[in-house]
Amino acid sequence: MDKENQDFMEERIKSVKRRFLNMYKCANAGHLGSSLSCAEILTVTKFAWMRGDDKMILSKGHAAACLYSVLAEDKQITEEQIATFYLNNTTLPAHPPVNKYPAIPFATGSLGHGLSIAAGFGFSSKLKKSDRKTYCITSDGELNEGSTWEAALFINQHQLTNVIWIIDRNRLQGYGFTDEVMALEPLDDKLKSFGFEVIGIDGHDYKALVGLKSKFENTKKPIAIIANTIKGNGWKSLEGKLDCHYLPINIEDFDLLQADLRN
Amino acid sequence: MRKELSASLLKLAHTHKSFVFLTGDLGFMAFEELESIMGDRFVNMGISEQNMISVAASLAYDEFVPFVYSIAPFVINRPFEQIRNELGLHNMPVKLIGNGGGYGYGIMGSTHHCLEDIALMRSVQNMRIYAPTYNDDIEDIIQLLLLDKNPNYLRLNNSVKRPSQVEPFTGFRNISKGKSGVVVGIGPVVLNIVELNEKYSLDLDIWVIGMVPFDTLPIELIESINHSAKVLTIEEHYAAGGIGELVASHILKNPTIKNTDLKFDSLCARGYPSGNYGDQKWHQEENSLGGKALENTLKQFFNK
Repeated sequence: MDKENQDFMEERIKSVKRRFLNMYKCANAGHLGSSLSCAEILTVTKFAWMRGDDKMILSKGHAAACLYSVLAEDKQITEEQIATFYLNNTTLPAHPPVNKYPAIPFATGSLGHGLSIAAGFGFSSKLKKSDRKTYCITSDGELNEGSTWEAALFINQHQLTNVIWIIDRNRLQGYGFTDEVMALEPLDDKLKSFGFEVIGIDGHDYKALVGLKSKFENTKKPIAIIANTIKGNGWKSLEGKLDCHYLPINIEDFDLLQADLRN
Repeated sequence: MRKELSASLLKLAHTHKSFVFLTGDLGFMAFEELESIMGDRFVNMGISEQNMISVAASLAYDEFVPFVYSIAPFVINRPFEQIRNELGLHNMPVKLIGNGGGYGYGIMGSTHHCLEDIALMRSVQNMRIYAPTYNDDIEDIIQLLLLDKNPNYLRLNNSVKRPSQVEPFTGFRNISKGKSGVVVGIGPVVLNIVELNEKYSLDLDIWVIGMVPFDTLPIELIESINHSAKVLTIEEHYAAGGIGELVASHILKNPTIKNTDLKFDSLCARGYPSGNYGDQKWHQEENSLGGKALENTLKQFFNK
């Protein structure tokens, strides 16, 4: 990754984070920790991995603000629309909406749907002999859902190498740590046994994420990326804690985080 | 109706390249020829109905026409949230086909029966239910499904050939004219009343609903209700969310129907009153939807 591209991506990520941080602050809303967990993943997906008519499915719909911010960064959502986040009569509710933006083909928010939706797009591309790829970002908590594994079986059965599954592995779910609620480890072995090529990576290392792109082109197996992340990454007082899933950010932490995101 | 379905889908496979068929690991002795003709567009999705619905939704988004087949409770009850979110909210024209609505799977037991499907699908935004009465209705319905840009549910059951005097499938049909009282039903269970009506010359005016929802009751049906002031509904489905409630609601809201002295009742499934099991006919009789129990109910209700 050359310096120019590195600077470009770094600025995109900071801009995406600044925007959704403001959105959460104005709305006094929770789920900031979920967006901070996947900010690099979504930004790299949009600006480094996707091309043409590729699709992105945010299965962990509770990080919608991050998705909206990424789409605003790509001028697919206006700043005026962003300003309506959480307000009455908005097109930008807390979870992705129905039929409002072409870049959001399906509403998500109920966990365990996204990978099947992505699998459907992957299968459709295969039938049409299209080289379109579908990137699906799931949480790790939603691996509790049986439907996720139905989709995984289907992706392997039909060798849908055009579906790239990224698991935001922040190890926290709705009411506890993933390994205390419903142990997932050894997750890589589970995924391998389902027929996936498994890539473990630091989900906040955007340079490493960008570098994965070449692997998507000539893979012999469907790919699952375990992106190891920190929930609430950068929110010093609450990162890695369950609280960052639910609590709005206070003014002191907001100022600290914004300062970190300045150029 | 599975045989007629298979024949209709075979025709479709030849003429519509966007038609894809997804089955939840079912179709033995029914869909083998379809599979051989359709190639990659015939997909055995395995026993994973939630995934099957979402995959179908994405295929519809990409302008394929997906038909999704399984036993009724497995394609309706099991993946209900996927149907609500991906099909209903997004108005994706996926065609759900559930075999054995009601007690259609008979002695297979309660897990294979489906007594809530009409209620569930009535509650889904944009969903339109197609309920054939006769086997021959299937071919007509398949053509209608192709034209319907909404998500649909086709409720299959066991039935007979359509008599020549009965008109082809529509949203609301009169299948037997009479003046002593009105029957409104859905699905082949209404034919139990047709049989008794003929046997005992009950002179009933018998109608079947083919599509739900519907905008209004037909004028001829309203006239018949006003004439006899007796309405009985019948369905192989629980009362809650079924067509008995739906017809009652339409009658109450219709200003041209004289409600004051109207006699109304609904015949419906009550589940498993004895806790025991039998074939479809046995369950119908236990629920007063067939046999002697239905005969007594009809004679009592219509004072015959």
